[in-house]
Amino acid sequence: MEKDIRESIEWAKINGDVLKSLESPRPLFWVILVVALSMFGVGVGCEVYQYQIGMGVANLNNPQVWGLYIATFIFWIGMSHSGTLLSAILHLMHADWRKPIYRFAEAMTTFSLMTAGLFVMVHLGRLWQFYYAVPYPNERWVWPNFQSPLLWDAMAIFTYLSSSVIFLFIGMIPDLAICRDHLHPGWRKKLYTVLALGWEGTDRQWRNFRVTYLTVACFLIPLAVSVHSIVASDFAMSQQPGWHVTSFPPYFVAGALYSGCAAIITLFVILRYVFKFEEYMTLPILKKIVRLTFAIAMVWTYLNAVEFASVWYSHDEASKAVLIQKATGIYAPFWWMMNFCGSVVPFVMMIKRFQTSIPVMFAVSLLLNLGMWLERWMIVSPTFSHGYYPYLWDNNQWPTLVQWGIVFGSFGWFTLLFMGFCKLFPSVSMYEVKEMVYHRSLANKHVEQSLTMNVNELEEKGAH
Amino acid sequence: MSQHHILALFNNFDEAEAAVAELRASTIKGFSFDDLIMKSPIEHPEVESVLGERSANVQWFTLFGALFGGITAFTLIAGSQGNFFAQLKGGKPIIPIPADLVLTYEMFILGGVYITVLGFLICAGLPARRSKLYSSNVSEDQVGLLVKVEASAAATIKSIFTKHQALEIQEEAGK
Repeated sequence: MEKDIRESIEWAKINGDVLKSLESPRPLFWVILVVALSMFGVGVGCEVYQYQIGMGVANLNNPQVWGLYIATFIFWIGMSHSGTLLSAILHLMHADWRKPIYRFAEAMTTFSLMTAGLFVMVHLGRLWQFYYAVPYPNERWVWPNFQSPLLWDAMAIFTYLSSSVIFLFIGMIPDLAICRDHLHPGWRKKLYTVLALGWEGTDRQWRNFRVTYLTVACFLIPLAVSVHSIVASDFAMSQQPGWHVTSFPPYFVAGALYSGCAAIITLFVILRYVFKFEEYMTLPILKKIVRLTFAIAMVWTYLNAVEFASVWYSHDEASKAVLIQKATGIYAPFWWMMNFCGSVVPFVMMIKRFQTSIPVMFAVSLLLNLGMWLERWMIVSPTFSHGYYPYLWDNNQWPTLVQWGIVFGSFGWFTLLFMGFCKLFPSVSMYEVKEMVYHRSLANKHVEQSLTMNVNELEEKGAH
Repeated sequence: MSQHHILALFNNFDEAEAAVAELRASTIKGFSFDDLIMKSPIEHPEVESVLGERSANVQWFTLFGALFGGITAFTLIAGSQGNFFAQLKGGKPIIPIPADLVLTYEMFILGGVYITVLGFLICAGLPARRSKLYSSNVSEDQVGLLVKVEASAAATIKSIFTKHQALEIQEEAGK
């Protein structure tokens, strides 16, 4: 069993190790970058083709108007939630083990949201009509419908994205000052000098920093919940069979946290190796994330069962038909795989020796995310292909290669942004790791002191 | 009287804290305790016990920002709906309050976050040029104490720093 971060670790070494990651990652970094770039290229090619020819090449038409694009949009929105979970919720709960890993989780939040935003535009086909989702009137002073969840969605995502970027940046200022002070002169040093805003670590700066970070964290938690609840409302507030379910918002939030936690495990394993963070992204931390993921998996499983039960016992024949079609129709293999990956695979995380096994957890995290992506697809497509009217029962609108290509490309785009960030900015928070080891050693010192005092008291009593 | 800036670097927080405690207890002519600034690589909330309570006023910005965001959002949305005669409402409310509260809530948060950050920049004095008396060791593992004193008090202050095992003392004469 590998040990946790050493309390005696020198602070200069923490700086040195993290700064080194900015300059010399393992060669796998470049391999990942090339693969991501190629995937992104495929996505761009497909999008250009779809833009030139029309949505027909994606096989999107009534009734199947959303397809993989909106399913993947929900997936990326969901991925963003765990950054907030790790950095805001665990920050408020004083869980210090989050400190070495929350930075990349925050970055994941930001880049997932950026990727999700692309799908809103991609699924429109006519990109120039994106402004319909933005709250300003057209030339006839007709405003968008402020009662529409789609408009709420646009605002919620904008709020979440901009707040997440701010949260990420604010939390990084002390580390940017470290980069400014300790990197060799060059364009990077100039960049960090500008971004560090002249931070010197004065008591005044720290005092205000603490209040600000805490306040923004408090804002982000209800914001994250509202974003995915609103995404759920896109479905739950419609009358479509299978979607009009009251438990959709909590179900979506649980699914979001679940897929986000699984993604954190995946990225934890990758960053740990690529940037040589074995001393900071330790196995005890992995174990804690795995346990957290398992707990959330069980919440999701419960809410999934609640959703099925709500439909089954509702006596809404159309919704019931959609559910039966999911389990027995053309989507059945994917629906069963979703249930298997989402509810059965997590039990591997209960086995103690697997909780700290990097290859097993890496594979499990990928399967969990596959399950979560399938979940979104199974929410979106079966309802469209089996709506209220039999003439809309259309099973011939299978996603074409163009759709798959754009979805594939989005993973490349995310990876490019994420790995680029980790190469340019410290993905382990140096000052928070220092705080962690400082407070742990302080706590140990207090324990030792009180033990010594107790022993002395006992000896005195014995002497009497 | 000309003013001197002195920066002393300490190996750890305890030594710096002891030096601050002594400076606080002393009555050195030409030195005001309020001019003492501590620079550290991590946040030390316990510093308040020796530096005295120094306020952070960011929360007032937060309150203003959140209220401003929420009220502005509701006013703008309700205003646009109130002026919206192009579409028949069919008996439905012109200003649907429950639906509008969703966007009001989002803007409440957006305003709160933006203005909090603005408040942080103002209260923390950022962005700023780095002071000349700055050591990059502060962002690594050392704790710095920066004081502004009259020239006559500089020697006494430096002797206190030396007594508490300051690793390095930098001095600059200025305004």
